Amino acid sequence: MIGLSHYLVLSAILFSLAVAGFFLNRKNVIILLMCIELMLLAVNFNFVAFSRYLNNIDGQVFVFFILTVAAAEAAIGLAILVVLFRNRRSIDVDDLDLMKG
Amino acid sequence: MIESGIFYVFASILIAAAIGVIGFRNPVYAALCLVLAFVTSAVLWVLLEAEFLGIVLVLVYVGAVMVLFLFVVMMLDINTEQMREGFTRYAPLGLLIALTVAGEIGYVVWTRRAGLPEKMPLPTEDYSNTEALGAVLYTDHVYAFELAAIILLVAIVAAIALTMRKRPGIKAQNIAKQVATRAEDRIRMVSMKAEDPS
Amino acid sequence: MKAALITIVLAPLVASVIAGLFGRRIGRAGAHWITILAVGLSFALSAWVLWQSMSFGGVLFNESIYTWMVSDGLRMEVGFLVDRLTALMMTVVTFVSWMVHIYTIGYMQDDPGYQRFFSYISLFTFSMLMLVMANNFLQLFFGWEAVGLVSYLLIGFWYKKPTAIYANLKAFLVNRVGDFGFILGIASIVYFTGSLDYGQVFERSGALSQGTVEIFSGNAWSAITVTCILLFIGAMGKSAQIPLHVWLPDSMEGPTPISALIHAATMVTAGIFMVARMSPLFELSEVALVTVLVIGALTAFLMGLVGVVQNDIKRIIAYSTLSQLGYMFVALGASAYAAGIFHLMTHAFFKALLFLAAGSVIIGMHHEQDIRKMGGLRKYMPITYWTALLGSLALIGFPGFSGFYSKDAIIEAVHLSHLPGHGIVYLAVLSGVFITALYSFRLIFLVFHGQERFDEHTRSQLKESPWVVTVPLILLAIPSVVIGMLTIGPLLFGDWFGSALQVLPRHDVLSELGKEFHGPLAMMTHALQQWPLWFALAGVATAWFFYLKRPDLPQSIAQTLAPLYRILDRKYYFDEFNQQVFANGAQQAGRLFWRVGDETIIDRTVVNGSARAVDWISGRLRGIQSGYLYHYAFAMVIGLAVLLAWLILGA
Repeated sequence: MIGLSHYLVLSAILFSLAVAGFFLNRKNVIILLMCIELMLLAVNFNFVAFSRYLNNIDGQVFVFFILTVAAAEAAIGLAILVVLFRNRRSIDVDDLDLMKG
Repeated sequence: MIESGIFYVFASILIAAAIGVIGFRNPVYAALCLVLAFVTSAVLWVLLEAEFLGIVLVLVYVGAVMVLFLFVVMMLDINTEQMREGFTRYAPLGLLIALTVAGEIGYVVWTRRAGLPEKMPLPTEDYSNTEALGAVLYTDHVYAFELAAIILLVAIVAAIALTMRKRPGIKAQNIAKQVATRAEDRIRMVSMKAEDPS
Repeated sequence: MKAALITIVLAPLVASVIAGLFGRRIGRAGAHWITILAVGLSFALSAWVLWQSMSFGGVLFNESIYTWMVSDGLRMEVGFLVDRLTALMMTVVTFVSWMVHIYTIGYMQDDPGYQRFFSYISLFTFSMLMLVMANNFLQLFFGWEAVGLVSYLLIGFWYKKPTAIYANLKAFLVNRVGDFGFILGIASIVYFTGSLDYGQVFERSGALSQGTVEIFSGNAWSAITVTCILLFIGAMGKSAQIPLHVWLPDSMEGPTPISALIHAATMVTAGIFMVARMSPLFELSEVALVTVLVIGALTAFLMGLVGVVQNDIKRIIAYSTLSQLGYMFVALGASAYAAGIFHLMTHAFFKALLFLAAGSVIIGMHHEQDIRKMGGLRKYMPITYWTALLGSLALIGFPGFSGFYSKDAIIEAVHLSHLPGHGIVYLAVLSGVFITALYSFRLIFLVFHGQERFDEHTRSQLKESPWVVTVPLILLAIPSVVIGMLTIGPLLFGDWFGSALQVLPRHDVLSELGKEFHGPLAMMTHALQQWPLWFALAGVATAWFFYLKRPDLPQSIAQTLAPLYRILDRKYYFDEFNQQVFANGAQQAGRLFWRVGDETIIDRTVVNGSARAVDWISGRLRGIQSGYLYHYAFAMVIGLAVLLAWLILGA
């Protein structure tokens, strides 16, 4: 029988993998964005699972909004990336230290 | 039994896909892995009887967002060799942090596992997840819904504003100017002597 | 009555404002006419008020006209208290002021600041009236500061003259010292009695006499003594008593009418008036009375001595004023308040007369003030000579003249006093008589008698001053001669002041003196058997011998007693002391605070130090801001892990 804890553990694994991805792909902004999507997916997993197990539809409404915001974020993030690439011919984050203190 | 089987199969695929996302150096592979992860997630959500969100995940995420990702990845000429450098430099730290986070969440789940709710039966026989979601989305959460719409609108405007650039030398119509034109601007009345044809 | 009092006060103010603000439009004649009319009106009404109080007695009027504000039960008001003391002061002030207004027409006729001058002296009259007519401490302080302000403006009237600017700055600073004491005294009164109104304060003076003040911890001082001495410090500043007297001689840089009005007749007597007005408080503290007595005696004696060696005609009279103010304080200290006020009044007349006479001489000599360059002026300026002579006789206390009655009363009052130290004070005031006679007649002899020590050019232009100058001289000469004789009986021994001056029975020297008083004429004949007259005559004789008979003698005496002469000539080195200790000390302290406090501590340590600290810390912190996106992302993720751990462990 699949309990809530299964989903929670799955989501924790997903989240941890995304965290690990942050460290591994620190140079590639696109993959960083993908890791963020993965994190959001893990969070959404929790919402959906809890929503089902508590029989409360509000959790799914939340997921809905998270998806909206994530889509917006991805669109703007990629737009920034395109502009960045157009200006610098590179998306290597090692080159991006203009804000260095 | 079948439910457990589906869960374990798709959960394994999901984790493998996630590992693929973070493991592949080539962003195209990574994006495709992420697509796979989303699709398997959608299956698992449907398993959780969240049919609407599962389909939305496939349609919106796989169909739109991930296509956008792939589009950008392929449009930009990215030097993957360079990206590969120093791949493992922060790997130990990343592993440590990832294990810490996983351990922490796992600890919470483990210590509270007894108190977790059991799966309850759906309220009615002909329960529709989409209908239920719609019923609250347009009533209780209507302001948040409108806000979400505005956020999306702003995101569209922002994305266009960021990426649009003026290119010189492109012929284009100025429609407002065309519409506002009056006859006097175009025709000049000249009075001149009639010529004698003879 | 109320309307009359308000008119008395406001008429000079209105005139002053008109002459000051619209002086250009109304012209010179307009300026002097309006101010003279206004002050004349004030004088006429004051005389009427005096007349009323003569017949009525007691407190004629005590009302608040206007409440400025009420703060925590403390009422700050404008109000008038009119009894015989006030009425007398009002009349003296307005009369002398009026005379000076008229005299100024002649004295200042060529001055470009003519209208400004009239505006100032009218403003002064207003301020002085506010001071004497006040029925509360706040208004008293207002008048006190206002007369100080006008005095400051008038000493520096010729503001292009560096010495005048120096003198008015000095007057201002020294008066601030006194005023600081004064306002502390008022604060102490408010603290102990909770009121500013004279009547209420005097009613509650018991609280003051029982209260104690701990200025230095462990030393409880009687509140009444502290309060009275603080008030007296204010009086010392305004009435130029040692050691706050240094400004008065320098104030002679101002125009002569000012010296007569402000620095001889009225403003400097504000301190005397105030102490007399506060007699119910001063009576309660013997320590304060002895302080007043001793300071007054010191001033009377020491400043008179300085007067003997001065050569500037106005400075001699200025030191004489200091000395006479000392006499008045001696009278107050001996609880003979009426004698002090009596001397104040007679002194106002004859000292104003002397100053105006000196001014007349200065006009004649074309602004030459050195008496060594005068001599024999008697035949050129007869009216000035005779009035000055009358003034000097009044000053030295020649029997029959006003000064005789007031000064003798003071000396006798000291003689009868029981306060500790009265013996020495008696000796000081007695020898003061000799000194007064000496410097007064030195002045008369050197200026009006003997050889003419000026050049032909001056002689050819030397003539008597115009009528606007001589008429005030004559009008002032009359009271200088007769007022003492006419008023000594009621004023000193007839309990004329009534409740205005309160004296405890054990201090009451005047009533004791009154037992031996058998009218002014008897006092004159009695004087022949008394020391003061012979001292005065000896002074006159000495002056005659030194300055007419043997003019070479003073020079050789000065050389023989060179150290003593130098001390007197340098005025006991008060100026040098102030310069060295206070001015330079303040400068040194200022430099210390500037270098150490401001530059080192504030600028370097606090201001630049905090900036450097921020710079140093941010220099360390900027390493964190690498600018790399993933560093921030790492920080967030690690922060998330730590936050989770904290939540789990905390729960």
